[in-house]
Amino acid sequence: MTDLTRLSAADLAAELSSGTVSSVEATRAHLDRIAAVDGDVHAFLHVSDHALEVAAGIDRRRSAGDALGPLAGVPLAIKDVLVTTDMPSTSGSRILEGYMSPFDATVVSRARAAGLVPLGKTNMDEFAMGSSTEHSAYGPTHNPWDLERIPGGSGGGSASAVAAFEAPLALGSDTGGSIRQPAHVTGTVGVKPTYGGVSRYGAIALASSLDQVGPVSRTVLDAGLLHDVIGGHDANDSTSLADAWPSFADAAREGARGDVLRGLRVGVIRELPDSGFQPGVSTAFRAALAAMEARGAEIVEISAPHFEYGVAAYYLILPAEASSNLAKFDSVRFGMRVNVPGGTVEDVMAATRDAGFGDEVKRRIILGTYALSAGYYDAYYGSAQKVRTLIQRDFAAAFERVDVIATPSAPTTAFKLGEKIDDPLQMYLNDVTTIPANLAGVPGISIPAGLAEEDGLPVGIQFLAPAREDARLYRVGAAVESVLVDSWGGPLLDRAPVLGGAR
Amino acid sequence: MSEITPDLVRHLGVLSRIQLSDDEIERLTGQLDVIVDNIAKVSQVATPDVPATSHPIPLENVYRADEVGATLTLAQALQNAPDAADGRFRVTAILGEEQ
Amino acid sequence: MAKDAIMDFDKALELFEPVLGFEVHVELNTATKMFSAAPNSFGREPNTDLAPVDLGLPGSLPVVNGEAVRYSISLGLALGCSIAPSSRFARKNYFYPDLGKNYQISQYDEPIAFEGEVEVELEDGTVIRVPIERAHMEEDAGKLTHVGGATGRIQGAEYSLVDYNRAGVPLVEIVTKPIFGAEHRAPELGAAYVRTIRDIVLSLGISDARMERGNLRCDANVSLRPRGQEKLGTRTETKNVNSMRSVQRAVRYEIQRQAAILAAGGTITQETRHWHEDTGTTSPGRPKSDADDYRYFPEPDLLPVVPGADLIAELRAALPEPPAARRRRLKEEWGFTDLEFRDVANGGLIAEVEATVAAGASPAAARKWWTGELTRIANAQNREAVDLVSPADVAALQLLVDSGTLTDKLARQVLEGMVAGEGSPQEIVDARGLAVVSDDGPLIAAIDDALAAQPDVLQKIREGKVQAAGAVIGAVMKAMRGQADAARVRELVLERAAE
Ligand SMILES: [Mg+2]
Ligand SMILES: [Zn+2]
Repeated sequence: MTDLTRLSAADLAAELSSGTVSSVEATRAHLDRIAAVDGDVHAFLHVSDHALEVAAGIDRRRSAGDALGPLAGVPLAIKDVLVTTDMPSTSGSRILEGYMSPFDATVVSRARAAGLVPLGKTNMDEFAMGSSTEHSAYGPTHNPWDLERIPGGSGGGSASAVAAFEAPLALGSDTGGSIRQPAHVTGTVGVKPTYGGVSRYGAIALASSLDQVGPVSRTVLDAGLLHDVIGGHDANDSTSLADAWPSFADAAREGARGDVLRGLRVGVIRELPDSGFQPGVSTAFRAALAAMEARGAEIVEISAPHFEYGVAAYYLILPAEASSNLAKFDSVRFGMRVNVPGGTVEDVMAATRDAGFGDEVKRRIILGTYALSAGYYDAYYGSAQKVRTLIQRDFAAAFERVDVIATPSAPTTAFKLGEKIDDPLQMYLNDVTTIPANLAGVPGISIPAGLAEEDGLPVGIQFLAPAREDARLYRVGAAVESVLVDSWGGPLLDRAPVLGGAR
Repeated sequence: MSEITPDLVRHLGVLSRIQLSDDEIERLTGQLDVIVDNIAKVSQVATPDVPATSHPIPLENVYRADEVGATLTLAQALQNAPDAADGRFRVTAILGEEQ
Repeated sequence: MAKDAIMDFDKALELFEPVLGFEVHVELNTATKMFSAAPNSFGREPNTDLAPVDLGLPGSLPVVNGEAVRYSISLGLALGCSIAPSSRFARKNYFYPDLGKNYQISQYDEPIAFEGEVEVELEDGTVIRVPIERAHMEEDAGKLTHVGGATGRIQGAEYSLVDYNRAGVPLVEIVTKPIFGAEHRAPELGAAYVRTIRDIVLSLGISDARMERGNLRCDANVSLRPRGQEKLGTRTETKNVNSMRSVQRAVRYEIQRQAAILAAGGTITQETRHWHEDTGTTSPGRPKSDADDYRYFPEPDLLPVVPGADLIAELRAALPEPPAARRRRLKEEWGFTDLEFRDVANGGLIAEVEATVAAGASPAAARKWWTGELTRIANAQNREAVDLVSPADVAALQLLVDSGTLTDKLARQVLEGMVAGEGSPQEIVDARGLAVVSDDGPLIAAIDDALAAQPDVLQKIREGKVQAAGAVIGAVMKAMRGQADAARVRELVLERAAE
């Protein structure tokens, strides 16, 4: 029998709907895989103890002839930033250890309604602050390509779970690249939707004006299938868009089959020269562009003069909003409490937040408090918001000339665990290519572009489209994916080392 | 050089209710100094004629009808409380002033 | 605590000019909260009217109550304000256990309404124009109960309990500009201003405006400047002065206290102060400090409020008439003398009389109840008349009098029951068995007894001296313990005497 964990979500869904495989079998296969490899990978913070029951329920409904969605019965990993009623939600923080939410995130309830089977909650940098998942209070996640290396962040758990075949699909959140950069370093696919395209309700807020929930998968089609389930208007999120969205799965299928690359104008940003990237990253990126060109795409150099201010603006806006969003963790209504004998409630709050937050979180809260405090607002937060406008204008000008913009998804391949942990600024520069999309609200996708020649590790290529044009990314992403996978003779992940001693 | 000093960091710790140790203050002062030096450049291009963007996708007038919806049960409200009594959340003496 | 020195009020006014300012918080009476669909309620079991965002639960998000926005625009218009073509919410960041998120969603640099003016009429008919700086939307906080320690106050308490039911209740905060020229009437202006705001929100129907429930809360700013000085003095902000009488007393006290300090060469500390109802004094809260760095920034979870000219025009057209015009109209409609009307107005009872008349009572009767019996009871109980009973119940009571079910005297007994919370007038009549006896049978029996007991009176009546009947009527009423209609008794006495 085929290993069910190696199937794409689309293929698994086909087996499920044809009845050759049950959801219980599929779910058990993934739970077994988690049991076999997650000791090494540590993608999960919590594994559901009732996934098989949920799967059995789907199987029963299927045999009863219920109309089920296309992904019914397919297992799903959920980033721990998303609150769930049946599993703890910690956002990777000690301060929320054991927290049980009385409500499900909208994306989770939509996934449940669509018959997806939640497998567990995935690891992440604490409160999604980081690019390596080393800032999780519960220990780092390891990259399945090399267990000594980072899986990216903050959604390293979701990316590794998918890359290690522990789940066919996962949910992530992307504030500055937390879906796309982990996809890059793990050889997987990740999509940051247009801001407002997917509900933020139930996503533990990092930076409200930047956060966006999105799909994590091994193929573009799988991402589109999951995006179709979770996307669309939600009255619980005021910033949710009321647009009628096309099917992203259909867009991916169209891209894989047609020749959308012919005549496609692909922008390459002049201000992101190859010298800013690890050589193997640049080479893989250029090779992917060449493959697109060979299929009729036109590569156009564009200018985005304000992108260089993106990281700076991001590291003002994010900490500022985060310092406010994280104020609720005060030991009064939920979460950890450190008692201070003889102390006031103020002392208790301060001691709890000192003990409950990790260094990176404290660093950003202090930075954000500074950026918002009297006398600095205009110079910092106010200016950073103006940079957003300038970056939006750069995008608008570029998209007059090109259909999509392409960049490497991150400057380097997966670095070693611990390598940058003491150098926050270096760590922040990881997000240089992903951040502009969050600042401007436009959608982005990262798909595998190849392996870097010097270290044999995955490299991702990122495509960006105008706001609300997520479908374009699925078309282009699927087209490029099919060209590249053909040229490799199989999915990139087939070349990842075997985990768990080939058990 | 930015103006980040240990005293400022200590003050920011008070504002953000984080009990920072002297070691943490020293470390943070150095790190924030470097970070602030690097992010301060946003003001170079943020000229007065550029409007601020608060929301990446502009929307307005997003309202809810004034109709009662689902509420939490008392048990749900208190289920994660570190301490509670009489159906209420219990906190250590405040000793400050009411706002 | 050392007692503060105070200066004689008239002397203080000789030396200094008082400058006032008020911040009034109005709780709107929408069905749901400002940012959640939980009920906007009062007096329910703690922590039972909550949605996730009211507790600041992880992942929760606010969504604006559109009705609260409409109410706020109406209030802004009624205050003579301009309505901002675009306004937005901001986060006011500070830690306090009654705040579910440790920030309050409020408005900061872009309030929904700004630059207005309210005409405030004093007892003697003088009108003072109070300039309004802004009115902005925000959310209320939860309620703390301090346990342990001697006083039940926050000082010395062992621990505190938090009920978040009130968290997220919609508020409009109305902020005045500095008010000059009230002079010795500054204390009175304080009460009259709050009364005027109360009249406005009641006429709009957007708040229950019950001060004892905190629907309306006033912070009073007072500063003094020496006569002839241009520069404003340092102000104090006395928080949560929650009745009209108290506003008046607090302003007066602060003028006297500050005058004593300034006259002795001291300086005023800019600070918030607490009002003590029992002693009629204020005491310092915490001084203004850099801990008041609220780090305001635009609320990223919410979008701008852009009312549009159509909506503003619609709400403007639906505004009730301005209070001054309304007073003139009502005085005419009710046919009251200057004195009668001022009685009602100064008692803050216009809305009550109006509502009582609307519910079917005559203007004279409505005025009599509110300025008479209810004001007497309120004064005796140190409460506000408007908090004692509802206008609808007063009208119902008067209808029972008009229909002959109750005499005036019985009606006063029923009113006491109403104030004591025993139910509606009819329920009290039923429960206490207070109705006038309208069956003639028992009356005739009592009349015959009385006539038999006073044959001389019977004789006089038969001789045509009808006024002599008074003695018999009095005896009958006494025998009936007041539960008879005297007019009917009189009719029957004359009938029986003629037989
Ligand atoms: Mg105020
Ligand atoms: Zn306020």
